[in-house]
Amino acid sequence: MRIRQGGWFIILLVILFSSLGLGPSGFSQAPAPTGAPAQLKVGIVTFLSGAAAAPFGVPSRNAAELLIEQLNAGSVPKPYDRPGIGGVPLRAVYVDEAGGAERQVAELRRLVLEEKVDFVIGYISSADCLAVAPVAEELKVLTVLFDCGTNRIFEERAYRYVFRTSAHQVIDSIGLARYLLKVRPQVRTVAGLNQNYAWGQDSWNTFREALLKLKPDVKVVSEQFPKLFAGEFSTEISALLAARPEFIHSSFWGGDLEGFTIQMMPRRLHRRSLIAFTPGEPMLPRLGRDVPPGIIVGARGPHGPFAPNTPLNQWFVRAYRDRYGIRPVYASYHMAQALLGVKAAFEKAMASREGQWPTIDQVIAAFEYLEFETPSGPIRMAIGKGHQAVEPVAYGVTGPYDPQQKEVRLTNVMTFPAECVNPPEGVKSEDWIRQGFPGARCP
Amino acid sequence: MLDTVVVIGTDGLIYAAWLFLIALGLSLIYGVLRVLNIAHGSFYALGAYGAASLIGLYGRQDLWLYGIYLMLPLAALAVGGTVGPLVERGVLRWMYAREPVYQLLATYALFLIFEDLVKLIWGVDPIYAYAPYTLLGEVSIGAITYPAYSLLLIGTAVVVGVLVGVFIRRSRTGRVVVAMIEDPEMSTALGVDVPRMSVLAFTLGTVLAALGGAMTAPMIAVMPGIGAEVIVLAFAVVVIGGLGSLEGAAIGALLIGLLRAATVHLIPVLELFVIYLVMALVLILRPRGLWGRLEIRRL
Amino acid sequence: MNSRGILVGGLSFVGLGVMGFVLPQWTVFLLSLALARGLAALSVALLMRAGLVSFGQSLFFATGAYGAAFLIRLFGVREAVVLLVGAVVASMALAALAGLWIARYREIFFAMLSLAFTMILYGWLLKAYWITGGTDGMRIPPPTVLGVAWPIDRLRTVLYLVTLGCTGLALGLTHLFLEAPLGYAVRAVRDNEIRLEYLGSSVGQVVYWTYVLAAGLAGLGGVLMALNVGHVDPQLAYWTTAGEFVFITLLGGTESVLAPFLGAVLFEFFRTYALKYAPYTWQMALGGMMLLLVLFMPRGLWTLRHLRFRKAVS
Repeated sequence: MRIRQGGWFIILLVILFSSLGLGPSGFSQAPAPTGAPAQLKVGIVTFLSGAAAAPFGVPSRNAAELLIEQLNAGSVPKPYDRPGIGGVPLRAVYVDEAGGAERQVAELRRLVLEEKVDFVIGYISSADCLAVAPVAEELKVLTVLFDCGTNRIFEERAYRYVFRTSAHQVIDSIGLARYLLKVRPQVRTVAGLNQNYAWGQDSWNTFREALLKLKPDVKVVSEQFPKLFAGEFSTEISALLAARPEFIHSSFWGGDLEGFTIQMMPRRLHRRSLIAFTPGEPMLPRLGRDVPPGIIVGARGPHGPFAPNTPLNQWFVRAYRDRYGIRPVYASYHMAQALLGVKAAFEKAMASREGQWPTIDQVIAAFEYLEFETPSGPIRMAIGKGHQAVEPVAYGVTGPYDPQQKEVRLTNVMTFPAECVNPPEGVKSEDWIRQGFPGARCP
Repeated sequence: MLDTVVVIGTDGLIYAAWLFLIALGLSLIYGVLRVLNIAHGSFYALGAYGAASLIGLYGRQDLWLYGIYLMLPLAALAVGGTVGPLVERGVLRWMYAREPVYQLLATYALFLIFEDLVKLIWGVDPIYAYAPYTLLGEVSIGAITYPAYSLLLIGTAVVVGVLVGVFIRRSRTGRVVVAMIEDPEMSTALGVDVPRMSVLAFTLGTVLAALGGAMTAPMIAVMPGIGAEVIVLAFAVVVIGGLGSLEGAAIGALLIGLLRAATVHLIPVLELFVIYLVMALVLILRPRGLWGRLEIRRL
Repeated sequence: MNSRGILVGGLSFVGLGVMGFVLPQWTVFLLSLALARGLAALSVALLMRAGLVSFGQSLFFATGAYGAAFLIRLFGVREAVVLLVGAVVASMALAALAGLWIARYREIFFAMLSLAFTMILYGWLLKAYWITGGTDGMRIPPPTVLGVAWPIDRLRTVLYLVTLGCTGLALGLTHLFLEAPLGYAVRAVRDNEIRLEYLGSSVGQVVYWTYVLAAGLAGLGGVLMALNVGHVDPQLAYWTTAGEFVFITLLGGTESVLAPFLGAVLFEFFRTYALKYAPYTWQMALGGMMLLLVLFMPRGLWTLRHLRFRKAVS
């Protein structure tokens, strides 16, 4: 057995490869901030390849590029007009969120230990968020989850270094249940069409529990769970046509959403049943005039067409459209919330120290329970011990095509405030629903 | 009750037609060349992208409305006719003498390369080409409305099956192909021009895969990653039906199509399992597939 | 058995262990992952010795990983040693069951059945999400090692050493197995099964026990992966994961028990840097490398050693 040569060979190779990993900074640890650093390096992790790239990953990356460039130039409207973060320019390192949770854990370590980023913004996939959060905690790096939907993150554990600046999927589900009861108070039969993985399963379960709590006599006539990225849904459409539900809940996104819409239109499923797509908003600018009327669409919060008409939002939409030729979708808004949240936290911490550069602990203290302005409106880090944001949620029904905006207009828009659709501090979502939403303040 | 049976039957047929178109090429290539072609998914995707591009191009001209359907086989032929010979002569030719696992890995490598190639050519954003899908209108079967395009799908599957069957049974080239499937050594001994047959067989398989993609393009958002999903499906159909057999692909497709339709309508929770369970069962009980020709060694 | 070989082999491992303290932390982490994956590749290599290509070792890889996760969740186990043993036992038990069917097949049918089995597990992991967490996966909290609850900054290095130790142990056992009569029978199965039967051995038994041993290796790799990453998800059971193991085996070669680890280390680092420098074309880079290897170096990079010696001699 030629173990001898083999052994040396392996050792040599390992040394060779690790030398690739050694940057000019060698083995040293990141220095503790004493004065302001020359630049702030941020690691941005989002899907640059795969099915989630087109509806979420690329729009969020675009928003990050735009905002970082504008922030460094000081061109963002008040209160974010100070260049960079606290006067320090930002530089982004982009990482593809592809490869699964195990790969992302390795990538986070590389970002922190090799690229030496100062903080991380990222993660669309719930699996990645759940895997990465404990690692961020271990590495003691400020990590802002910007998009993933699972409510498990702060309901199962408390974190110090991890924040999430957007609300979780519970707002979509509870909000939709309430919206449905407003537009169809006598609804009797519902069905679910969700992708067969955690996002689809969680979305459906939360919606069903919430609806049955608010109106117990509703009957579920069909629960479809096609494989993720199945692409071909003729059988599911037949099953839904046959079951004749009055309402169909769906958390479909991306290619599945658009493929399903294309396939169901000639079969008029949307005329037989009222369909709702909770994360349906990104399809509006893409399918344009081909979006069928009479469909309920959500944007996972006050984003896109539901965003408030503030100067900040107007600036954001205009700047994004000028640069990328298309308006920002909800993933772009989520990214904006994350970047501006970090900036607000840093600058608040500096303000309370007379402009001195804050330590990470001071930033964390400032970030907890922070309230800050974004193109989506005010964001409050209200639950999860001040680490999890709450947002209102809005739904609307697709109407006639608007040739100026190049997408269909939304009618019958209703917004449900954050206190109506988010569980209060310290209460788990499923408990809150089961108990009948104690403390909710709804219109 | 009758309504449910009719719906399940129709849905099963539609899905089976789709599966058949996807899987036939894979079965053929394995039968003739003994290569399990993982890049099959890439040919499917290329066919879909090609069709989407051609449909977009055609739609912009002011031509005969229904001529748009000619874009589908045209895309299949264009894609299959160029990529097929390229891959076979360029890569696979060197691998026939090697062990099967190397051929498999070579096709897997090709699949990875094509995934990114597609992104480089067409970009990351989805492409929509659903004019052919909506143009034919709807038809009512039982109490349910179906798009007439689904009937076109079934028709195409039947026509393709018949054409390939006739080619294999009646034409001289086809019979040589069958001979290569049944007994490769004897075929060579009898003087079959193996390289030429190989290119032919592989290109036929590629064209069929691309046709599957082209027929699917009007129904979906054509985007990166669509190739990966069909590989396992095609694989399952072929395993269940029997490698290298036309009838097997049809039987396998029908079986899975009907079973899946029944599951979706009656017990949706099982949908994910059904296909792998059936595959495992067939492999255990009748490894050469329900209609397969190939011998297995089993001890 | 060359005792000098064992000594130097052991020293190499000690060397690797020392590097765990010297190298940058994230490189050590990548090495741990590479070693874990290398064990799974070793299991593929072992089956390849018998002439079988398995596209389903991910079944046992995932069983090892989830086995640990369930031991933690259901029985509150926190000790790494218990988790390791439990995961390996679970994998081998599953293999003892599955092997009753699968070990009777050869060639493409063996490959297909192994793929079908791993996809069934994948489907179940995905579907039973109220137990398994579905695609969200399950968390593996930091374990105690040998009874000690190491502080988190030490734990990484300790886990690396544990991984290294387990790998060394597995390597040693595999080597012993291959040098034993049963191990020689494995190679004979590949060469000529019928002759082996005539010699009086039961081919079915040989393949069956090889399959179970390989499963143990893959399961060990899985639990080590889980402990290092801290998270398990159904992707571990998907057929592309099994495909990666096969690729790594071919990358390294099957000549020596160490070869798969060479492949794993190279693969891990290559993939990381492909993602970093070619974020939009890393799949193409990976595929290109695979193709080049398959075309020009099918016996794996391990054979590069021979080239050196040949030049020295001539």
